[in-house]
Amino acid sequence: MSQTERTTGTQVQLMMTCLCDTFFDSVAQATVEVLEHVGCNVEVPEAQTCCGQPAFNSGDWDSTRKVVRHTCKTFDARKPTILPSGSCAHMVAHGYDLAFEKEDDLGEVQTFSKSVWELCDFLVNGLGVERWPGRFDAKISLHRSCHTRGTQTYQSAVKLLSSIEGVELVEFDESEQCCGFGGTFSVAYPNTSVSMGKLKIEMLTASKPDIVGAVDMACMMHLSGIAQKQGRPLNKLHVAEILMKALRNGQKQ
Amino acid sequence: MKTKQPIDAFARDLPREVRESVYVSSKAKYDKRLDSLNQSYTAPDSIRKLAGQIKQHTLENLPTYLGSAVEQLEKNGAKVHFAKDGQEANETILEIMRGVGATKLIKSKSMVSEEIHLNPFLEKHGCESIESDLGEFIVQLDNDMPSHIVTPIVHKNRKQIATTFQKAGIGEDYNDDPQTITRRARSFLRQKYIEAEVGLTGGNFVSAESGRIALVTNEGNARFSISANKTHIALIGIEKVVPSDKDMAVLLNLLARSATGQQLTVYTQFINGPKAAKQPDGPENMHVIFLDNERSNILGSEFKEILRCIRCGACLNVCPIYRQSSGHAYRAVYPGPVGAVLSPLLAGKKYPDYADLPKASSLCGACNEVCPVDIPLPELLLRHRNKAKQEGIKKASAGTPSMAGWSVLCSSPAMWKTSLRAGKAMDYISLNLIPVPAVQAWAKERTLPPFRGGKFRQWFKEHKRNKEA
Ligand code: SF4
Repeated sequence: MSQTERTTGTQVQLMMTCLCDTFFDSVAQATVEVLEHVGCNVEVPEAQTCCGQPAFNSGDWDSTRKVVRHTCKTFDARKPTILPSGSCAHMVAHGYDLAFEKEDDLGEVQTFSKSVWELCDFLVNGLGVERWPGRFDAKISLHRSCHTRGTQTYQSAVKLLSSIEGVELVEFDESEQCCGFGGTFSVAYPNTSVSMGKLKIEMLTASKPDIVGAVDMACMMHLSGIAQKQGRPLNKLHVAEILMKALRNGQKQ
Repeated sequence: MKTKQPIDAFARDLPREVRESVYVSSKAKYDKRLDSLNQSYTAPDSIRKLAGQIKQHTLENLPTYLGSAVEQLEKNGAKVHFAKDGQEANETILEIMRGVGATKLIKSKSMVSEEIHLNPFLEKHGCESIESDLGEFIVQLDNDMPSHIVTPIVHKNRKQIATTFQKAGIGEDYNDDPQTITRRARSFLRQKYIEAEVGLTGGNFVSAESGRIALVTNEGNARFSISANKTHIALIGIEKVVPSDKDMAVLLNLLARSATGQQLTVYTQFINGPKAAKQPDGPENMHVIFLDNERSNILGSEFKEILRCIRCGACLNVCPIYRQSSGHAYRAVYPGPVGAVLSPLLAGKKYPDYADLPKASSLCGACNEVCPVDIPLPELLLRHRNKAKQEGIKKASAGTPSMAGWSVLCSSPAMWKTSLRAGKAMDYISLNLIPVPAVQAWAKERTLPPFRGGKFRQWFKEHKRNKEA
């Protein structure tokens, strides 16, 4: 999608994602604070639920369409909708097209998808943010959440993080490999999924970073769930949380 | 862990040393591929996209290009046959052999010949069919199946190969020195080349412009297979046609780099037709068999992009599920992401037997990223899942929680909010006690984070009030 086609502006809506609604409220909070810092007025439509991805990836596209129609109704396509998740953003950008390719309301659905942005992508490419202020002293391994492939999200996250004073982004092996979550894949293929996760944790933590970062809480839920069970909890943060912490540290100084 | 998915079970039970060899070789090939592409091109991704367009364009106009390829091949002196399925292809090959009074065939590496199970068919009809690619030869001796489309025996180590040779009586004793193994295979196979009356190859690309067939091998066995005998049969899928010789150049560049990280495959040959009157050597008869075997059906379906595939194996090498499970887990000739899309389709009426294959993916998209012809593999896997759901094929969704109730929940905000409150209960119950298989599958080796349903919504309301105040 070319930049010019995408809806931008500072009157924004937050799609918090079902994972932040149920488990990771701190990430949604951080997203609001980050957006407000760059001058956005954030609304959170009450009726929102989920982007529809679990059903879509499971192959149940009838159920998917039901949820997507509800989501499209809930948000105002004239304002940008921001998501703190690479995979939900990918679902809206690509999955919606696929699930609706034979439907009469494809046009309406596409109008909505053009208004949806992943947070880092929005900051950098929607609003033109070049540097992030504040300070955050940490060595960070940034997981390349798979669904950010082919989008601007990962580069944008790298750009923002590496501009923060004190942040050191570390390289690690097999960065192209998946964490093993994959939605319902994680329960339908529990053995493979967990083995993939263990390998990913090994790679991400090989250089002993202070923090493992991600642009997607689904990957983090999986990885930290494994690490916790192994008795080696993962020090994890969503990029939105890092941005917010950097701001706060900056204010303290 | 218990699992309802056969590929997951296969991965769980895979011997450690097999997983190790698959992993090490996959990783090495992935790295080499990346290096060689980056060394040669400033924008490898745009060449990949171009190659995808070339193949897609050909597919959209396949009857035209195939027609012109046939015309050229015939002009060059080859006899062209069409086979609607494996059975027909096998019978055509047997007929050609009988026509020249042959009972001995030597084969260069060809995945289509695996697809139609040519070796057992010929053996059944009293003919000898010998694989000349070392890997395929070992597979044949073992009565095994290739586990990778480029490197058929990545699942084997040299000790196992030495045992296979010893059992088959190739060489005097057990010897697992790789050089000795190769030397022994070489002297055995040289004799077979000389004895064979017919040589069979595949064909990586066929130019519609010239009828030229491009054949690549790293051991030179395609050239050997058609040197010492009078008849050459090329067995080729109909989707291997490309518009022109120039297009072949683009694809050959990508094929070598994507498959093995080489600039060019060691032996890259172009074959125009049988031996011309003035040429001293070469086969006097050349037959080209174009195989359909479900390909026309695929062409007319929502899966048609899979026919762009040039069988480089890059999607296998990068696939985390393939790396965990190995090629044999896929129970079909084509494993990995390409196989998960293609094998159920090639199965025809037996589609339901393979409908679980598309679930062997976390949809991470790594396969699409490396595919030299930019096939949207994750999208095709998703289409399969949806097809299986619509056709009610249980095998596909075994172990996947039903989404019907969830979709009702997610399209009703009131219910959603109630469940955010009710979900609190999860904090107090050990996950292992919940008799839902999905939760158990999660919780055996993973914890769930503490449930904080609705907390953000509360915070935001307060936050807004504070801001307005
Ligand atoms: S699908 Fe693409 S990556 Fe996989 S074997 Fe075919 S061409 Fe290679």
